[in-house]
Amino acid sequence: MTLVSGWGRFPVVDSEVLRPRSFEAVGEAVVTGSVARGNGRAYGDAAIGAVRTIGMTGFDRVRSFDSATGRIRLEAGVLLSDLIDTFGPRGFLPFVVPGTRFVSVGGAIAADVHGKNHHGEGGFGRYVDSILLRTGQGETIEISREQNSDAFFATVGGIGLTGIILEATMRLRPVETGWIRERVISAADLDAAMRALEAGDSATYSVAWIDCVARGNDLGRSLIYLGEHAAASELAEGADRFPVGKNPGLAVPIDLPSITLNRTSIRAFNELYYRMGARRAGGDHVVSLYPYFFPLDSIADWNRIYGRRGFLQHQCVIPERGARAVLADILDLVAKRGDASFLAVLKKLGHGDGLLSFPLPGYTLALDFPVKGDILNFLDEIDRLVVAAGGRLYLAKDARQSRATFEAGYPALARFNAIRKSLDPAQNIRSKLSQRLFDEV
Amino acid sequence: MTSRKTVLVLGGSSDIGRAAARAFAKAGYDVGLAGRDAAALEPDAADLRARYNIEASTLVFDVLDTASFDGFVAGLPALPDVVVSIIGLLGVQPNAESDLAHATTIMRSNYEGPSLILGLFAEKFLGRGNGTIVGVSSVAGDRGRASNYVYGSAKAGFSAFLSGLRARASRGGVHVVTVKPGFVRTKMTEGMKLIGPLTVDAPVVGDAILNAVEKKTDVVYVSGKWRLVMLIIKTLPEAVFKKLKF
Ligand SMILES: Cc1cc2nc3c(=O)[nH]c(=O)nc-3n(C[C@H](O)[C@H](O)[C@H](O)COP(=O)(O)OP(=O)(O)OC[C@H]3O[C@@H](n4cnc5c(N)ncnc54)[C@H](O)[C@@H]3O)c2cc1C
Repeated sequence: MTLVSGWGRFPVVDSEVLRPRSFEAVGEAVVTGSVARGNGRAYGDAAIGAVRTIGMTGFDRVRSFDSATGRIRLEAGVLLSDLIDTFGPRGFLPFVVPGTRFVSVGGAIAADVHGKNHHGEGGFGRYVDSILLRTGQGETIEISREQNSDAFFATVGGIGLTGIILEATMRLRPVETGWIRERVISAADLDAAMRALEAGDSATYSVAWIDCVARGNDLGRSLIYLGEHAAASELAEGADRFPVGKNPGLAVPIDLPSITLNRTSIRAFNELYYRMGARRAGGDHVVSLYPYFFPLDSIADWNRIYGRRGFLQHQCVIPERGARAVLADILDLVAKRGDASFLAVLKKLGHGDGLLSFPLPGYTLALDFPVKGDILNFLDEIDRLVVAAGGRLYLAKDARQSRATFEAGYPALARFNAIRKSLDPAQNIRSKLSQRLFDEV
Repeated sequence: MTSRKTVLVLGGSSDIGRAAARAFAKAGYDVGLAGRDAAALEPDAADLRARYNIEASTLVFDVLDTASFDGFVAGLPALPDVVVSIIGLLGVQPNAESDLAHATTIMRSNYEGPSLILGLFAEKFLGRGNGTIVGVSSVAGDRGRASNYVYGSAKAGFSAFLSGLRARASRGGVHVVTVKPGFVRTKMTEGMKLIGPLTVDAPVVGDAILNAVEKKTDVVYVSGKWRLVMLIIKTLPEAVFKKLKF
């Protein structure tokens, strides 16, 4: 047994880790209590097998690529960073990228990840045409919107519980350059932030970074980042069409004592961040896709900033109607508490595609909290607000929500469970997350 | 016929072999992947074609079947510009101590086969007047250690072969590179205790190989730290060294 955890380093649990080298070996590796793991960027316990965790990043081959259409067939362990570096210079990028590029295609499908373009263009799964799935029952099936569509819509966003994704066919987005034309808008409070995101609906990319220490009149003050793919004609004279993505240089070498993150240091950081951003507000400027999409990727192992006990991310989505009041209540509780992340992310989402896909039309708020004190009770309190508003929590970030919160938030759960049962009657596929939230006890 | 340069990777199915093939393909080389099971290499060849829009082919090559070497080289559609041998077998030292067959396989896989095939390519390259030969050896060949001297001694032999070949071939326009990776995270080292700061991933080795070929480097320690570590290990007096446990 090995001690395993997700990106948040909480919880840390026992699970045997295997890294099969062939699809046959993947099949043989599945015992009761197995789940696939991509690059381990899910925060909590989604990518940890109840008994055995099957590492998939060794499967990193591209099977075929059509440079006319951008259609690509690949193995599930290919990382988005690899796709961007390889096909970006050839004029293609993934349609949807999350806030880190170090995620695998399998993990991106299983979480149906959303990017800064979800409000207009949907999630990762929308660009997936078909999937080669190894079910818990031991069958290998090709699934798509037309063929085995039940299994397809359960697998997109299905958090690994329908089986192991071996390969996928998807479409890449044709781009002229690897640069983004960015516009920064500063918003003095939550209302202004929500108005700016609303107005940004027509932008391809939009996201707000909220200062969640700000209180009172400043509650919800934020910087909104809108973005469009830059055309070649918009680049500076002599600029490369495709910028180079540097590997994370600076690493956080040790677990920082949790004292480093306190009210004063966070407040100081946020003040600086907000002012620097506000100064850039207004006109458009062109930035490399790497800092635009993946601001945190430049620091390796940044999860260690939160100390040895790890941290929790709380990401909820609140349906559009009534979102303002609930978000204000949540932000108020967080600001009073004062130990949340430096920056929270606020963004508009559209419809999700998969049965358990996280997005629904409304606003999503993501907050980080170090694991300490009464944090679990505090988050339960926030969950009550989320549930009352008809919202839900993101499974790929979750490590602690209750069954009741989960069941209230995902009305398609019964249908999902029925499909899961038909693909895997013995329920061989089980993660620590599914034991916590799904499986009969 | 394309005018692109070509590289032949012997041991194409290893993690370092795949990484090297990707590095060369990315730089625009056409690639030949050779291994015992050519069909098993086909997905890797397809990967290279899809990613980099180059030609990639697969060939059957068994490093223990030295009798086949002449025919293998003669049967190539064209002589490559670069040939890289990544072939190696770590084996199990305690078994090799009592099982002569196992020890023999380790010695032949790391020294005899790679040396003979690269020597053969050197002859062809010298006849043509150019070419680059890359042998992936190991820091383990710098000094025999109690824990893996069967493997280490074969790598030592291979390193010595390469340095001699380099001295001779350089006069004929042929360059020889010796690569000494330290710890690399691969399936060969899976489950072993590796020292984090001294360990690299296979793509780092792949890039280092390409870089050495293009810059005409003679000996590459993939992580610079290893040069220092091995300098210290090599200079320890035997009386001290034999008491160390590693
Ligand atoms: C800094 C940071 C920023 C992030 N930003 C965003 C964001 O903006 N939007 C967003 O949606 N998410 C975001 N995430 C979350 C991340 O995108 C998801 O957790 C994603 O699933 C991680 O992919 P992975 O390859 O690391 O998968 P893992 O974390 O290893 O696994 C995640 C889930 O996918 C399943 N899985 C993985 N591979 C397979 C497979 N081959 N077959 C079947 N199931 C599989 C696992 O079982 C697990 O349930 C962020 C994470 C970090 C660390």
